[in-house]
Amino acid sequence: MDKKLSIKLFVFFCSCLSIILFATTVQSQEKAKYGEDDQCIVCHKDEEILPEDFSEFDIHLQTGLSCKGCHGGDETSDDEDLSMSSEAGFIGVPEKIEIAAMCGKCHSDINFMRQYQPRIATDQVQQYHESVHGKKLAQGDTKVADCTSCHSVHNILPAIDARSTIYALNIPATCKKCHSDKEYMAEYGIPTTQYDEYVESVHGVALLERQDTGAPACNDCHGNHGAMPPGIASIGHICGTCHVNNQEYFSKSKMAIEFQRDELHACEECHGDHDVKKTSDDMIGDSDSSTCVDCHEEGEEAYDTGIKIRQSLGGLVTAYDSAATLLKTVEHAGMDDLEMSYAVKDAKQSLTQARTLVHTFDFEQVKVKTDEGKTFVTQALKLGNTQMQDLRFRRLGFGIATFFMTIVLVALYFKIKDIERED
Amino acid sequence: MAFNRRAFLNTILGGGVIGWLGSIFYPVISFLIPPKIPEANVQSVNAGSIADIALNSSQILKFGRTPVLLIRSKTGEFKALAATCTHLDCTVQYRQDRQDIWCACHNGIYNLSGRNLSGPPPKPLSEYLVNIIDKEVIISKPKQMG
Amino acid sequence: MFKKSAEKSYNWLDDRFKITPLVEFMRHKQVPIHKHSLWYYMGGVALFLFLVQIVSGILLLLYYQPGVDSAYESIRFITTKVSFGWLFRSVHSWSANIMVFFVFVHMFSTFFTRTYSKPRELTWLTGSVLLVLSLVFGFSGYLLPWNELAFFATKVGTDIAGAIPLIGDPIKLLLRGGEGVTGATLSRFYAFHIALIPAVFTLFLFLHLLFVQRQGMHEPEFFHKLPENKKRMMPFFPNFVLRDALLWLLVLNIIIYLAVFFPWEIGVKADAFAPAPDGIKPEWFFMFMFQALKLLPAHMFIMEGEVFGILFFTLAGLVWFTVPFWDVFIKESMRPKIMKLFGISVIAFILILTIWGYLV
Repeated sequence: MDKKLSIKLFVFFCSCLSIILFATTVQSQEKAKYGEDDQCIVCHKDEEILPEDFSEFDIHLQTGLSCKGCHGGDETSDDEDLSMSSEAGFIGVPEKIEIAAMCGKCHSDINFMRQYQPRIATDQVQQYHESVHGKKLAQGDTKVADCTSCHSVHNILPAIDARSTIYALNIPATCKKCHSDKEYMAEYGIPTTQYDEYVESVHGVALLERQDTGAPACNDCHGNHGAMPPGIASIGHICGTCHVNNQEYFSKSKMAIEFQRDELHACEECHGDHDVKKTSDDMIGDSDSSTCVDCHEEGEEAYDTGIKIRQSLGGLVTAYDSAATLLKTVEHAGMDDLEMSYAVKDAKQSLTQARTLVHTFDFEQVKVKTDEGKTFVTQALKLGNTQMQDLRFRRLGFGIATFFMTIVLVALYFKIKDIERED
Repeated sequence: MAFNRRAFLNTILGGGVIGWLGSIFYPVISFLIPPKIPEANVQSVNAGSIADIALNSSQILKFGRTPVLLIRSKTGEFKALAATCTHLDCTVQYRQDRQDIWCACHNGIYNLSGRNLSGPPPKPLSEYLVNIIDKEVIISKPKQMG
Repeated sequence: MFKKSAEKSYNWLDDRFKITPLVEFMRHKQVPIHKHSLWYYMGGVALFLFLVQIVSGILLLLYYQPGVDSAYESIRFITTKVSFGWLFRSVHSWSANIMVFFVFVHMFSTFFTRTYSKPRELTWLTGSVLLVLSLVFGFSGYLLPWNELAFFATKVGTDIAGAIPLIGDPIKLLLRGGEGVTGATLSRFYAFHIALIPAVFTLFLFLHLLFVQRQGMHEPEFFHKLPENKKRMMPFFPNFVLRDALLWLLVLNIIIYLAVFFPWEIGVKADAFAPAPDGIKPEWFFMFMFQALKLLPAHMFIMEGEVFGILFFTLAGLVWFTVPFWDVFIKESMRPKIMKLFGISVIAFILILTIWGYLV
């Protein structure tokens, strides 16, 4: 019996050991997956003349497309005269004008790409030719971006890889390389402050500081391969992809028609473009930070509407603040604030909705929501005051206890007097 | 006379003490009686009997301080999700016609698993557990890791 | 009828436990009557408040749940959902603070009447232990609601303990149950507050009361010098006890008044990762030490200011608590004056620093 057990144990240990050994060999094999037999890499590595941005994690290298794929040549020969000869198809560094087509050889062929990703898009090159970058390149401007400008040359990684130049969080920095370079961009006559403005904007803060990849980077408004400044007509739709209600309300408003007629830039007119800031109630009305007064003058009906909307928002904000303050008081007094907190929450929701409804530029619609919010505030205040009254009601109980205690005290006092007189 | 005075004093004293004891013990005894909600931390909420919840319907339940959206799908399955939109804390609702979850504030849309599909919500709605015990629908907090 | 059965049960008990001598002792125990008699009641009030603490504390225990996720919530639950929960919670908090106050009053009154001297040295010493335990009671109880102010006050308080040379770090670790103030600290403080300290406190309280009963009431010097027939006395039972009861009732009513009209705040739930809020304050009875430590310069002599402060308070405490053993070395004629001066300067020191602490 014992013997059997020891044999079993021995076998168990041996199998454990072999699994570990096997695992380590597999691992080391994987490490050496690229480049072992590729004489281009072997030689360039030895001579320390690999491209500066060379990365072993490059997606093409990982899937077997090595130097030869773009540069041509014979990767099996270790004789540089043979391997880098024109007979072997070596082309050296491709011309900028050729690059898109070269990538397109594979990337525009769905039958080829399908084997890597069945639903991959293959219209990148086509889009590129329609972009400002592609069009300028066609005109002979070699300063514009080609595929490698954004995707890198020898360190191409998929967009979902956090190390990639086109990972959501890295995109602003990628575009910035050229677009924030004053000298480089001088001849195009477009601003170079977009990145600095974007970093300070709500979107920039959300993306870069809070790392919220749902927030838009450059490409979310300008497009990727077909990069273009959005046209006037499309601005609303671009913002509307996320800010659905705002866009919907705006597009149905009187304002939208006027905007179209005067070729105004929809959302951008009030909110700006790269420097979109967190909104405030003062953006509407007649204060210094109001955007209404940019176009409307005192005496106009629209001017008054702005003031009326501002006032009804302000009224709800004041009411809401008073409810929130009372909620804190109730909470700190240790009273029951549960029901009240729900009412306060409802009021907050009405305020949020009223603020969105500002985009209808219709005072009546905003008022419906702010009135609703005010009823929630009234309800909350009532609940809170009931709690505070309960707090005061306790005093009645205290009165009863004190009444009896006073009787006991007085009686006790006379009792003591009695006893002491007897003594 | 002296005797009467003493008897009177003793009666008053006795009565006072009894009244006083009453005003002390009344709070003590009512303190000992467990309140309706027996626990400080709400761990679960009873949404009622299965039979009372219609197909393709929803309700908002108060789970302590947080509202929870209980949905019964067309096919009869239950799903409970935090009803607070992950964008700006509005309360979301179930849309019977589209069978999705919608936030009226900024048109955020979630699917029935709580995944944020479109609009501004940055995160999915967190899930609550639904158990059916004796034909009663019980919603509870998900077990925490660690 | 009632009288008869009471007599019967008394006889039954007396037959078995011989309680008549005890009753006789109580009846013959005399309490001196003089202009400073009022101070005789202070210890009794402190004792009564301790009883209030026990009763209200046990009641709170029924619903309180220690733990980071439940402590604050359960206190809120007690004050909002449990009937009269608000009352017992507020009474517990108020009574705790008033108890510490009366313990201090009791201590200073025995100091100024120099009751501590022979033969009452051990009564003074046990009383000193009770004072320290009362303070620890307060410190540990302060954290239990797990609110912001208490959380940070505990952090600061245990940090100060940690600054003691050599033994500071182990003490801090022992108090906190880990590196930081966490749920582990809460569990510990809970154990200290409801089990450890009450047990030790009860033991010392028993000794303290035993000594007091055995030795009887202290007679101040001027009273002691009076001829026997000029000494006015009252029997401990029932006269003094009834007066005690009268005062206790009054104090209880004041506490309930405070609980009803000034409910003890719950504050904001503690968040370990939030920045420390403004106005972190220790309980008022630690304020003078806290303020003194704050005022000290960063470096004093060869050590850090804080270390110096801690050493100073430790030494001062030792000097204070051992007063019956060293005051005999002062010339008898000078003793009353010197001790009075010493006591007044201690009170002045505590008062000034406390007020300063609240003003700044």
